[in-house]
Amino acid sequence: MTSRDRILQQIKLNKPAETLLPQTTRFDSLYENTEDKFIETLTAIYTEVIVVKDLAELVRKAGELYASVVNRATTIPALADWADFSLNDPDPHALELIEIAILQAEFGVAENGAVWISDTHLPHRALPFITQNLAFVIPRNAIVNNMHDAYERLHDTTGWGCFISGPSKTADIEQSLVIGAHGARSLVIFLLEDA
Amino acid sequence: MSKTIIEHSVASETFNKDEPYVDWHDETLWFVRQKRDKSSKLLPEWEQLREVASGIKNYVLSHMDELLIAFEQKAKENGVRIHWAADAAEHNEIVLGLLRQNNIDKMVKSKSMLTEECHMNEFLSKNGIEVIDTDLGERIVQLRNEPPSHIVLPAIHLKKKDIGDLFHEHLGTEAGATDPQYLTEAARQHLRDKFLTRRAALTGVNFAIAETGGFVVSTNEGNADMGAHLADIHIASMGFEKIIPTQKDLAVFLRLLARSATGQPITTYSSHFKRPRAGQEMHIIIVDNGRTTQLGRADFRNSLKCIRCGACMNTCPVYRRSGGHSYHNAVAGPIGSILAPNLDMTKNADLPFASTLCGSCSNVCPVKIDIHDQLYKWRQVLVKGGHVPQAKEIGIKAMSVVLSQPRFYQWSGRLGRSLMRTVPFVVNNGMNPWFKQREMPEPPKESFRDWYIRNRKE
Repeated sequence: MTSRDRILQQIKLNKPAETLLPQTTRFDSLYENTEDKFIETLTAIYTEVIVVKDLAELVRKAGELYASVVNRATTIPALADWADFSLNDPDPHALELIEIAILQAEFGVAENGAVWISDTHLPHRALPFITQNLAFVIPRNAIVNNMHDAYERLHDTTGWGCFISGPSKTADIEQSLVIGAHGARSLVIFLLEDA
Repeated sequence: MSKTIIEHSVASETFNKDEPYVDWHDETLWFVRQKRDKSSKLLPEWEQLREVASGIKNYVLSHMDELLIAFEQKAKENGVRIHWAADAAEHNEIVLGLLRQNNIDKMVKSKSMLTEECHMNEFLSKNGIEVIDTDLGERIVQLRNEPPSHIVLPAIHLKKKDIGDLFHEHLGTEAGATDPQYLTEAARQHLRDKFLTRRAALTGVNFAIAETGGFVVSTNEGNADMGAHLADIHIASMGFEKIIPTQKDLAVFLRLLARSATGQPITTYSSHFKRPRAGQEMHIIIVDNGRTTQLGRADFRNSLKCIRCGACMNTCPVYRRSGGHSYHNAVAGPIGSILAPNLDMTKNADLPFASTLCGSCSNVCPVKIDIHDQLYKWRQVLVKGGHVPQAKEIGIKAMSVVLSQPRFYQWSGRLGRSLMRTVPFVVNNGMNPWFKQREMPEPPKESFRDWYIRNRKE
């Protein structure tokens, strides 16, 4: 018998009597203002939130913020002129030179400051991790209350997706918080008013 | 590991010799426990969430085979290859086989307590494979040739200076440097090179979803993603109990996991893997290694609900003052002391006794495992099975004789009180384990029983 069949057979013999799933598995976390909560949570985890009126303002802000930075990549068409690094190379190792990437994210979660990104908007899965600095753009009206609401939006997931909440960090050296472990050293979130 | 096992009580005695260090260890972990408290109290539904999580996990235990079969089928449809391993040896062989098939002799790995349980690094290294741990804490203990001392905070037992010295030796940082920012930067550069040059990456699995065939890996550093997205082959190792029924259940578990672990509302990265990227191979190894046995032990099967947050360790007065290494098991602390005897009763018989049974572990457990009750139950199983040292067994038997015979109990009490008064050295010496780190009480002139009878008469 294969290990698979033996394991499954042992499980069948040893598992307890049937229990049912809990009836309620979701909870409402209603904040006075979802956007305020989102910004408050992100500020506490070293992330800057910038509200921009439209794509023109996004382009202007991006230009100001990263004026002296080279190797800029983006997945946002409006920022095509701002970027100087092409994402067309199929080899993800080529991305190691990127200093800043501004990427489209799908929505944010107020309770924990996470944003959801996925294959749908990304040419490379490695991109949000390998870039030295990172920024996301999400529509201002795409902030949900909590993780229950988040998964209701995610009923149809793609090949890969990730909740990202703040810049990469570690506290493995005597519990001192250090920002920038392996992934992005900084994170900015642009909330776009007229999406 | 073939190393001789030092019993928890002996190992912790050594750990306790440096008093300021033990105080620091204790306070550091207590601080993490306090962060957990603050963060959990921000959610009014916290207790209900724990109840729901526990309920989902009960369902999982009772439908384990069906959920795993559904998961396997979905994952295969997604283009992921599934392997099953009955024990640690088979798991390690599968990993080695996959690497050899692809002519790979160097691999990066993100945190996986399962591979620690299987002693995989040691096995692969003996077979000519270099494995680099990429979580900073894990890399630190790997460079020191040590196992992690905590499942979430692998290097929590070390001070800045220890790490500074270690990095000076291995990574060429300045001698005497202790700045965490500087040391982390050195590790970042060192590990970035590994991520960019390794063709295989192994990760653990925090949650596997039967409904979608996908799995979730949570990290703060982003090391699992850096490894997996750059490698040609991604191997994920999971204990079969990591399965959950549906994707929306993740909402419950991801809300509980990081808050219980470190007090964060969520880890920085919660990565959902479902299909390999174009040109990549993705493999999942589903491991038993004693889990089916534990599933069959009615008193202990709840331990399989564990989501590895480490909250029970941070709150445990024994763990905080004895350090993870004194538990000589991949998973230390209260939960590890329930899991370890399942793997080997003889080797791990001491661990369920390393508890005050105060119940704090059960109170913080996000999936409501009855940890302290199980520790108490293991003690009985282990004594009955003859797995405890003779001295402890004789002591327990003597106690049972004394306590079951009232006259003998009265006589022993009188004898004890008189001995402590007239010849105190008989009890106040190193032979008496109760005398260690403890002043013996001043014996009362009469027992409570005598006092009670006298007062009743008056």
